[in-house]
Amino acid sequence: MADRGDYGVNDFALKVATVNGTGSASANGLLLQALFRMGIPVTGKNVFPSNIQGLPTWYEIRVNRDGYTARSPDFHLVVAMNPQSYARDVEEVVSGGWVLYDNTREFNEELFRDDVTYVGVPLAEMCVREFEGSRTRILMKNIACVGVLVALLDIDMDVVKGMLQQKFSKKQHLMEANYKAIEMGYAYAKEHYECPLPIRLEPMNATADHVMINGNTAAALGCVYAGATVGAWYPITPSTSLMDGFSQYCSQLRVDPETGKNNYCIIQAEDELAAAGMVIGASWMGARAFTPTSGPGISLMSEFIGLAYYAEIPSVFFNVQRTGPSTGMPTRTQQGDLMLCTYASHGDTKHIALFPANPKECFEFAVAAFDLAERFQTPTFVVSDLDIGMNDWMIPRLEWDDAYVPDRGKVLSAEELEEAESFYRYLDIDGDHIPYRTLPGVHPKGAYFTRGSGHDKYGRYTEGSAEYMEVVDRLLAKVDSAGDHVPEPEVHQKSEPTEWGLVSLGGCHWAVLEARDELAERDISMDYLRVRGFPFNETVERFLEEHDRIVVIEQNRDEQLRKLITIETGCPKEKLRSITYYGGQPLSKGHVLEGLSRWIPDLASEASANELSADLDSDVTTAEVSP
Amino acid sequence: MSYITKPAARHPKMPTNTIGLTPRDYEGSMSTLCAGCGHDSVTAALIQAFFELAVEPHRIVKVSGIGCSAKTPTYFVSEAHGFNSVHGRMPSVAAGANAANRDLLYVGISGDGDSLSIGLGQFCHAIRRNINMLYVLENNGVYGLTKGQFSASADIGSLSKGGVANRHGPIDPVNVALSLGATFVARAFSGDKHQLVPILMAGMRHQGFAFIDVISPCVTFNDHKGSTKSYAHTRTHMQEVVAADFVPLRAEIKAEYGEGEVKAVTLHDGSVVRLRKTQSGYDPSDRRLVLDYLGATAAKGEIATGLLYLDDNNEDMHSFENTVETPLVEIPYRTLCPGSAALEEIQKEWR
Repeated sequence: MADRGDYGVNDFALKVATVNGTGSASANGLLLQALFRMGIPVTGKNVFPSNIQGLPTWYEIRVNRDGYTARSPDFHLVVAMNPQSYARDVEEVVSGGWVLYDNTREFNEELFRDDVTYVGVPLAEMCVREFEGSRTRILMKNIACVGVLVALLDIDMDVVKGMLQQKFSKKQHLMEANYKAIEMGYAYAKEHYECPLPIRLEPMNATADHVMINGNTAAALGCVYAGATVGAWYPITPSTSLMDGFSQYCSQLRVDPETGKNNYCIIQAEDELAAAGMVIGASWMGARAFTPTSGPGISLMSEFIGLAYYAEIPSVFFNVQRTGPSTGMPTRTQQGDLMLCTYASHGDTKHIALFPANPKECFEFAVAAFDLAERFQTPTFVVSDLDIGMNDWMIPRLEWDDAYVPDRGKVLSAEELEEAESFYRYLDIDGDHIPYRTLPGVHPKGAYFTRGSGHDKYGRYTEGSAEYMEVVDRLLAKVDSAGDHVPEPEVHQKSEPTEWGLVSLGGCHWAVLEARDELAERDISMDYLRVRGFPFNETVERFLEEHDRIVVIEQNRDEQLRKLITIETGCPKEKLRSITYYGGQPLSKGHVLEGLSRWIPDLASEASANELSADLDSDVTTAEVSP
Repeated sequence: MSYITKPAARHPKMPTNTIGLTPRDYEGSMSTLCAGCGHDSVTAALIQAFFELAVEPHRIVKVSGIGCSAKTPTYFVSEAHGFNSVHGRMPSVAAGANAANRDLLYVGISGDGDSLSIGLGQFCHAIRRNINMLYVLENNGVYGLTKGQFSASADIGSLSKGGVANRHGPIDPVNVALSLGATFVARAFSGDKHQLVPILMAGMRHQGFAFIDVISPCVTFNDHKGSTKSYAHTRTHMQEVVAADFVPLRAEIKAEYGEGEVKAVTLHDGSVVRLRKTQSGYDPSDRRLVLDYLGATAAKGEIATGLLYLDDNNEDMHSFENTVETPLVEIPYRTLCPGSAALEEIQKEWR
């Protein structure tokens, strides 16, 4: 159990424990948005079961005046609204923290801890008294609970009411009910407890240029802006909301005003194999096409991915990773598909992959993925995860350059073909390993036979060794050359390299940054590189070379990034160490510091043992089979 | 924009079609299939159908999966783009391609292994989606390239070359297609070009998924006595239920009809299919009756052929998806990108 530590104004974490399917999501959203609108840096993480209704679900909110957004497992306040999970919820509060619970019924005596303050509010009783109908009572209980938190944490009531007004402007009766519930909770807390608690909020001005969004929605919007017209998919947690987002934005932004018809086509496929086939068919035809999926989907798509690689068909795959192997834990996060994506399919293959660290990069990398796929005529992966894809992130406002022109790569027009003496699909005319491409229906001279079987540089079927090798050697050189075009790594480095260098990727970034700052406070400095794309480029090589010891931090058991570095760079294996966390929750700074303490003894003595071990593996494993 | 390549040197008396091309212009490279393979006859029928419809070669899209049938798209229309994809997954490639460019003529060539075993799922969903394409299933009851294993269309009791009787119930693709709501369902025999060519032409002009099951014997592994997919067996057991004539748009109707009822169906593009029913009481527009009739024929060991079912008043994938008439690949990027002002507006909701 962690110590209460240096909590205080605009620096604490709270956890709301409820039952799945009871409308708590909107109350949680209200709470998060209110804090954001007060100008305070905040993040929300939804810890949910693979279930539609009835199982425990949690919502974690971290408030941090310094802008740290990594998950914090040290909960100063737990809102315990679900009897099913009371015991473990109470256990998770830091010593000296608070438990807000519904005291309509007596709490079991075993649930009381000496080192925690209990705030009981008869929410159910009040709602039964004030509202009619069981559904309304359940919903209003969540809202009344927000009212209690408004008082306890000093949330700006005007902000909350303003949001309700916005939300229910056309539904007067709902707004009145919500107002009433909020005020009821607020008044009770004010009357019975000393408000606010020592953990509380003060308005700031730190969110003005920011927005609050999840990665799947941002990626979907990236696809719209990239000019994608065909989306094919099969529903799978946690990627489904990406296609939901694409569909929603297309219906707003892509309907032809004159005819009312769609300038896009979204196909819900019969399975992931078909989704991949559709993307490849559409891309072959010249459309920008994509599919969002998760690890199990990539497994199924692998045969098609190899075809796209060998036949050189641009195609974009979003892998919103979840915890594997097999069905794994569908509603928990992981970075377990790094090897799967970079080498998907049988035979010698290698693919471009981009690793966003937050929704802003999901938006930007979605656009970059289409450019890279078309430029290099090859499958390209955007490797996100459940935490980035589905959770609420505070990010700098997205920007769009209206001068952007899509990089369609080397595509021959009808006019160019008309003038060409001949056309052969796989000739390396420019010496850059990238052949010219033609699209069906454009010109008879552009016709060729696309095949996944052995072919020579003229596109003809072959079983000849030399002809086969000439093509696959060019493919390797082509994909490797993409390393210079994927997003550059983010490097945090002073002029003189430190002895230790940290390497990480994706959503680990925020915990690593926070841990580094904490190290710096103890006069330990470590350079840090965040990989943003694969194949690795010179910048990555140089960083690995310049540091005597490298620690690779990632969220999978098998040290997949470390292995990729070993395979793909000249870095000696002995130089590399690993910090892995793969329990399904987003990474916290504690994981990083605890990991480092294995090699840096000073750190072990300084870091509070409590802090480091608290709740690192306290995940919930209630996942059931989901599609 | 139209691109008609001048044909290479040809016999002066070789016929030309309305766009000045000869049948040779619809040919492909030399077949590498076994001599006498039924698939080569299907290829020849396709070439004739393309020629007679006067399709611009580069506006044809040829798609296939894996297997002997999948090789055949290289043997016709060299100037068309072709895609030899992965085993059993051609329908999804066709769906994606058609989604991106609805203006081309899609021709899918598959086999019984490709469509009824590994690709049964995609075959079914292509029908449900009603992709606007011609789908030819070259059906021979065996796996050829892997040397003669039974496929899912082999009849119970049909003997393998080694004399072993098949014991698994067959999947009849015509039955599957009808059950799933296909709007154009036909069965033909590769050995009867006279029957096959008009059906292929009608299928190419049909708006939606046009399915043709072609019994196409495998001379090497399934043409022996005891096989129900041999040339001899098919010839003696086939029974033409509906004879189809295809009349292209603006062409003069010359065919003469003898006895039997004739039903003319005008297709989406204005061309006409004349269906002559050789069996009284048969109605190619009544799905339930057709299914019953085919069930009864199959029970007698007979192979019903012809354009068995046709419904041209239907919606294809693009109607379901409400897609614009312009092919998506032709929409300029500036129309597709909402721009920075819209992004600002969207983000107001994220505050």
